[in-house]
Amino acid sequence: MSEQQNSNGLNAEHLRSSLEQIAAANGIQRWDLGAACSTDISVQVDRGEPKQMKGAQRSSITVRVWNEQGLVGVTSTSDLSGSGLERALTGAKDASAFGNADDIPAFSPLATAPLAELHQPIHAPQGILRLLDTLKGAEQDLLGRHAAISTVPYNGLAERSSERIYLNSDGACRQQQLSTASLYLYARAEETGRKPRSAGAVRLAYGAGELDVDGCVNEAAERTISHLDYAPIDTGRYTCVFSPEAFLDLVGAFSNLFNARAVLDGVSLSHRDSIGETLAVPFLDIHDNGLHPANIGASAFDGEGTPTRRLALLEGGVLRNFLHSEATARAFGVAPTGHAGLGAKVSVGPDWFEIGPTPGSNGGESGLDRFKAGQPIVWIDSLSALHAGVKASQGSFSLPFDGWLISGGEPRSIEAATVAGDIRQVLKAIVGFEGEAKVTPDGLCPMVWVEGLSVTGEA
Amino acid sequence: MIATAPPEAGAFDSRWTASLEDLLACGRAAGADLVEVFLERTDHLGVLAEQDTITSVTPAFGMGAGIRVFRDRRDGFVSTNDLSPAGLRRALEQALGMLGLEPSANGRSGFDGLPALRDFAAAKTDWLQRCPQLQEATGRLLEGTDQLQRQGSHLQARRGSYARDWQEVLVAASDGTFGRDIRLHQSVGLNVLAADGEHRAGVGRRYGTADQPDDLRRWDATASAAEVCASAGTMLYADYVEAGQMPAVLANRFGGVIFHEACGHLLETTQVERGTTPFAERVGEVIAHEAVTAIDEGLTGGAFGSLSMDDEGMEAQRTVLIENGVLKRFISDRAGEMRTGHARTGSGRRQSHTFAAASRMRNTYIAAGPHTPEQLIASVERGLYCKSMGGGSVGPTGQFNFAVEEAYLIENGKLTKPVKGATLIGEAKEVMPRISMCANDLELAAGFCGSVSGSIFVTVGQPHIKVDSITVGGR
Repeated sequence: MSEQQNSNGLNAEHLRSSLEQIAAANGIQRWDLGAACSTDISVQVDRGEPKQMKGAQRSSITVRVWNEQGLVGVTSTSDLSGSGLERALTGAKDASAFGNADDIPAFSPLATAPLAELHQPIHAPQGILRLLDTLKGAEQDLLGRHAAISTVPYNGLAERSSERIYLNSDGACRQQQLSTASLYLYARAEETGRKPRSAGAVRLAYGAGELDVDGCVNEAAERTISHLDYAPIDTGRYTCVFSPEAFLDLVGAFSNLFNARAVLDGVSLSHRDSIGETLAVPFLDIHDNGLHPANIGASAFDGEGTPTRRLALLEGGVLRNFLHSEATARAFGVAPTGHAGLGAKVSVGPDWFEIGPTPGSNGGESGLDRFKAGQPIVWIDSLSALHAGVKASQGSFSLPFDGWLISGGEPRSIEAATVAGDIRQVLKAIVGFEGEAKVTPDGLCPMVWVEGLSVTGEA
Repeated sequence: MIATAPPEAGAFDSRWTASLEDLLACGRAAGADLVEVFLERTDHLGVLAEQDTITSVTPAFGMGAGIRVFRDRRDGFVSTNDLSPAGLRRALEQALGMLGLEPSANGRSGFDGLPALRDFAAAKTDWLQRCPQLQEATGRLLEGTDQLQRQGSHLQARRGSYARDWQEVLVAASDGTFGRDIRLHQSVGLNVLAADGEHRAGVGRRYGTADQPDDLRRWDATASAAEVCASAGTMLYADYVEAGQMPAVLANRFGGVIFHEACGHLLETTQVERGTTPFAERVGEVIAHEAVTAIDEGLTGGAFGSLSMDDEGMEAQRTVLIENGVLKRFISDRAGEMRTGHARTGSGRRQSHTFAAASRMRNTYIAAGPHTPEQLIASVERGLYCKSMGGGSVGPTGQFNFAVEEAYLIENGKLTKPVKGATLIGEAKEVMPRISMCANDLELAAGFCGSVSGSIFVTVGQPHIKVDSITVGGR
């Protein structure tokens, strides 16, 4: 084991010192590095018995090197020994010969700017035996909620301690430690002569002791039981009410609308001059806010060391900003926004969405209540198979979903169906919002009403 | 501390024997029924070309170990990047601790040591060096994007990507398993986004092989670009498909993803363990149309899912899953055999040392039938021809869905206009009996499969098949 890596995490100063020595010995003047290490333990159970218990110690680094021509190369490794670091740096130098002269990343001008203070309490791990007891209890509780719930085939309770570092040869040094815990419970229920049904719930927290286990069991049970009485749905066009989770999933799948990297690459639905265009109904706001206090595991800085911040994407339905890395920001003449990865070609991605009505607007149709609608309403609880059913660069989607058809105020689970449409049409067909915004692992969002979506039922 | 320190660098060879024996003996002496150590070294290269420029070169290398301990029907698994004696010992002790076991100075291990190494890698040690170097790889990729430019129209974005994954593994277990292998996977993909006003079509293809260092040199960039451009040109102006229930003919090669997702996953013992397959108690029963025979194997030369040995050290096999509609066997790994009774099939696979092996597919396909593809299409009065499939998934209750990348209406036994936006939806146990005709043109296609033990290299395949009735999601 190298002196940079030990069971307690990374040592930034040792890492910097080693890199400086290796860089100097290999004629490398300019470099930066992202490093991460984590310790995880997790348990799964099966009808009261431990099924699999896992532990992992992981470490990895990505180094970038600028060569004498100013071109950039990158290499990643999990080998943090001295020889591993040397191989990584020299590998990056070799790769820099193939760097793209038309798109050269630089150090972020904000890599030493002050970071926002995040309230992220570090919790000591509970240990695998306590995790096991907690999960066995949760499973038993869930199994006892309904006679039809026979198994909880997908379940897990995990806790993680992690640390990440960003360093560069100009002296930037970012470091963040984090502890997180997660619980998921997906139950399977089956009644005689009927198809099996499945649903679940997830909870995140900064420590296993902080997890809302009862809430997770309650939600998994309620959702699973609610799908037991199902019926097919006629194929047709419906007004759909997206749950916060489902709408966040949909917006996330089409986040290339807001992605400057995708714009520059020609694979976004937006263009360079799209800022200021109306993309949605005039009462829709979308912000990206990785710093929201409910965002468990928020990062204080991105892969290039740029501070995370709240960014308006849509205000009043109008596109206000793109998500940027250092390189895309330079191309657009703006400041980096804190949404970069680390690479020779730097990726860009969203952190955590806040979606809701535009302040001061009417928020669309008021008083929406899916149980009091005068027409049949499709309530979309969760979308699946987004990787297969979303054509992000085309705007179209066709996605299976779990949900209910509400007629006359009575919800009935839909046997199997897909919802299809175009994200640009969806954003302009929003009728309004129902209820308060809900915190989910991916963001904050109320229920969203969208009219005229195509739903296909399985015959 | 382990008595014998492992070598610090170089290949995973018999120099590791003594230190691995120490670990295995320690685990057994602590009371484990079986201890397995999986060592891994990797070397990856990724290259991306956009338009006529190399925009990303991403080398990566790594190493690590996964240690798994079984006692009764339970197991504990710990992975680490730290291959030092202390690191491996710490991982073993953590895995033992998960099962309530502790190393014992006086315990009897009952472990007699490892046999001679079964070295499947001996003839493969130069594979990495024989692969194209960066200069050659980037040149070949730019040939691909150049061909896209020459053959396509309305192309807003052209991309070529190349991935080379080299992996050396060593598996040692206290039941006497001791094997080493080297794996090499290379794939090259071409993608375009065609746009003309409001019309947009994104089309991609990926080609991949295993264990063929010269693969990229042999890649026919012109033919690949022609396939991609033809599809993009067709789909750019296609109308959206109308949703409904209809017969479908699925083309060969990647059309096999339907069997992989809809049925193959349900024949893994991990699904039997979870109680999530409808086929658990149906070995020997008819679960599909008699036209269907399905195979999973790891033997086809050069195929993406082929293996000399699996990630539990067992040699690959040919496993008949379904024969003339009758369920014959499940795909099983070590834990699956222990927990379900289905004998191992050389199918214990994992993405890397950070995952415990699980029963996973290799090269999985429906066998060829007696018909011609034209006969299948001619038998449909009104339906859908799915020429190119996208990705798909199967849910915890067996519901599946697949995106169709390129499709055509079948009207009166003939292909007519192209349509887009189709999704095939169904449930395995209902669709399998509806596969009523198989053509004589079996072909395989490389793919990636993500599941409980990570993302692995697989092959899907089939001849043209006809499904009598399936739900098509559209607009």
